[in-house]
Amino acid sequence: MPYTLTVNGNTTTVDVPEDMPLLWVLRDVLKVKGTKFGCGVGACGACTVQIGGRAVRSCQTRISTVSAGVKTIEGLSEDGSHPLQQAWMELDVPQCGYCQAGQIMSASALLDSTPNPTDDQINAAMNGNLCRCGTYMRIREAIHLAANGGTGRGAK
Amino acid sequence: MKANVKSSQLDRRTFIKVTTLAGGGVMLGLYSQSELLGQRGGRGGQSAARPVPETYITIHPDNTFTIIAKNPETGQGVKNTLPAIIADEFDVDWAQVKVQQADLDPKYGGQREGGSTAIPQNYATMRQVGAMGRAMMKQAAAEVMNVPVSSLATRSGVVIHRRTRRTATYASLAEAMEGMTPPTDAPLKDPADFNIIGTAIHGVENFEMVTGKPIYSIDVEPEGTLFAVYEKCPVFGGTVESANLDQIKGLAGIQHAFIVEPQGQGRNGLAGGVALVGDNWWIVNNARRQLRVTWNEGPVSTQSTEGYNAQALELSSQRSQAPTEGGRSSAMIGDVEAAFADADQIVEAEYYFPLLSHAPLEPQNSTAHYKEDGTLEVWSPSQIPSLAAPGGTAGVDNSAVTMHLVRSGGGFGRRLSSDYDIEVGKISRLVSDERMAAGLPTVPVKLLWTREDDMAHDQYRPAGYHYFKAGLDTNGKLTSFRDFVPSINSVVPANEFPRGFVPNFWASRATIEPFNIPTGAMRAPSTNGISFVMQSFIDELAVAAGQDPVQFRLDLLANPLGEAAGQGGAFNPERAAGVLEAGRDMSNWESRGDLPDGRGMGVAFQFAHRGYVCWVVDVTVDADKKLKINKAWASVDIGRQIVNPSRARNLVEGGFVEGLSHMMAWEITIDRGRVQQRNFPQYQPTRMSEVPVEIETRFVETDFDPTGLGEPTLPPAIPAITNAIFAATGVRIRSLPIVKEGYSWT
Repeated sequence: MPYTLTVNGNTTTVDVPEDMPLLWVLRDVLKVKGTKFGCGVGACGACTVQIGGRAVRSCQTRISTVSAGVKTIEGLSEDGSHPLQQAWMELDVPQCGYCQAGQIMSASALLDSTPNPTDDQINAAMNGNLCRCGTYMRIREAIHLAANGGTGRGAK
Repeated sequence: MKANVKSSQLDRRTFIKVTTLAGGGVMLGLYSQSELLGQRGGRGGQSAARPVPETYITIHPDNTFTIIAKNPETGQGVKNTLPAIIADEFDVDWAQVKVQQADLDPKYGGQREGGSTAIPQNYATMRQVGAMGRAMMKQAAAEVMNVPVSSLATRSGVVIHRRTRRTATYASLAEAMEGMTPPTDAPLKDPADFNIIGTAIHGVENFEMVTGKPIYSIDVEPEGTLFAVYEKCPVFGGTVESANLDQIKGLAGIQHAFIVEPQGQGRNGLAGGVALVGDNWWIVNNARRQLRVTWNEGPVSTQSTEGYNAQALELSSQRSQAPTEGGRSSAMIGDVEAAFADADQIVEAEYYFPLLSHAPLEPQNSTAHYKEDGTLEVWSPSQIPSLAAPGGTAGVDNSAVTMHLVRSGGGFGRRLSSDYDIEVGKISRLVSDERMAAGLPTVPVKLLWTREDDMAHDQYRPAGYHYFKAGLDTNGKLTSFRDFVPSINSVVPANEFPRGFVPNFWASRATIEPFNIPTGAMRAPSTNGISFVMQSFIDELAVAAGQDPVQFRLDLLANPLGEAAGQGGAFNPERAAGVLEAGRDMSNWESRGDLPDGRGMGVAFQFAHRGYVCWVVDVTVDADKKLKINKAWASVDIGRQIVNPSRARNLVEGGFVEGLSHMMAWEITIDRGRVQQRNFPQYQPTRMSEVPVEIETRFVETDFDPTGLGEPTLPPAIPAITNAIFAATGVRIRSLPIVKEGYSWT
């Protein structure tokens, strides 16, 4: 089936089965590989992207249900200038880094709705994103840092 | 303190060769006659026999430098750390350096990740590589400027004549080095002059990660790649009797389907299965729903965790008669039974920890291309990359295998086995043979496992059954200690503390059989489970003795008795005491009596992978067994130099967070020879809300060679928490994971 979708502002048509998950359309059809495969059951968050500004698990999102623009890690900023990307680099957050694209996409959706989140709000928004290496403390700090325009920790 | 400053020596048969590179720049070449004769040392698994700068450093015309990262990177940070050591001794700025991942090549010596060995095996040699390069630059400048080498200094990739302040960039000198006789002496820097080592060296691919660049093994996709899945028997050792391949081959998007016969045995054997190959991975994986395989499940299908548990219990009756074999699997010092008879107080306890799966976040995968000319090109995420792994199943000699090392999304020991490389080698050969027979060009094949494949086909951390008994005298002094282990490839703590600090010590085992579940090393083998049982039981003894758990450990450590404990006698009780004292100090341990009901602090220490780590943890446990970690303090001694403090702290915290997973929720169980847990919902890793707001880390510097930090902080995190739960509630945790005892996170 042909489906037209907009990924990071680029509109394109793909001819794939209706139940193909967005994750695999992105990775294997459009060759946009920043979004990662971790569990295939929506339990790890590695595949998190935004659809219409909401963070969703792309491994659980059938292509036939995508009805708004898709934003992936590649669409946040190409040059790494988004405040979350900056904060992630400044605090040297990643270890293996495999989960971090999903983490950043969840964090970005959080900051869009809650510009200065508390720790509890961050935990609630980020709990679906696993980091097997355990960089959670730095992720939390990086979200605070980005929320405060790179000037330091704000809300607790 | 002044560290040893050593020099590297080159013999006179060595000469410099400068290779001009396409696109500009030169590669420094340093050749010796023995190397020209092909006698160059170093094979996989060995440390670099002869580190020379040409192997590692390229000088570009703009005075920037490409430095090779030799080891595989799975998140431990070695891709930053080893090149940074070279760069510092070479005396260039980190901003001038571009890091390039090495392919698998004997010229780099050992290229592996495991056992926290990268720093202890490479710190000195990487320094020598950089120092040799710097010495060559100074010699070239001395000849160009016509001044003595001793009058020259270096900084930021520039040689400076001290008196006249004349300068020459490394780039300006490189071509002048052709044909020069290399320096015979390459002094190392005084560590006080380090300007990269000891600073926060951020991840060299952080930018690529936060912008979504395809840098992982799963992202490898050369032109024309086909995608593969590999269905194996859910029962370990099972083989294929038949499969509906004709039907599968007729499905849209499926190009090849094969029954693969098993080949070889053990961790480097190829398990039998069915390979499906097609145009995109999701379509190929979906075809598994219609795949019908008749398996020969084999003998392992009668085995279960329940059966192992029942045997452990039955064997436990042998605990006072078990034979002592010596070596790593048992130890007997003094007369434990006689000491029990004389003891004022006897403490007995039974402990258990389960099988674990590694569960790195990137599922196993590998890409290979068997080509028309009989060569094989592989892109491997392995921690111990081996040409023979895919080459062996593809029927290609090592000399015809090219292997690229690709960053992977976590290792934790899972990628110490190269089963995905072994499988993709075979599948690539089968695909290429079929295509060549049909007159089609060969193409690369990418094998990707599902999460479920990975959980069902791991090499699991062995479980531990421990039957402890110890005796204390009237002063609360430990006089005798026994541990009996019914074993499923389990670790017997024959060399662990308190061995060497108690006059009578006995560790022995008996074998549970049959047990045919593959086991392997997981982050911080063998102490990742042993620390829980030993440091918990020591805590019980401290309580029985009526003593402060920190002081009880310190008192034991203060009185070594003959043969010391720990990993080949390497255990240093003063360093262990040092981290305990630091933990006591930084956590305000002495005032823990002021904590309210339901809140408590616990302590544990561990010597693991050459490092000494103490954790103190402050927890709150409510009436519903809801657990919250309020704060944790790590004191860590890995010697005189922390190469990269940013990654070091990150790894300390990561070790603690992984410990939370082991403690709370992780357990692999076997039923009818197959793993019962399928995916993360049945095997929950720690999530963000469960980790404390703060972990405070202190590095205790001691004058010992620097060692690694990938592993040592994990093991004692677990007993420090469970000991804190005891302090908070009076309930002793003797079995993991604690979710089975009704605990959960607040």
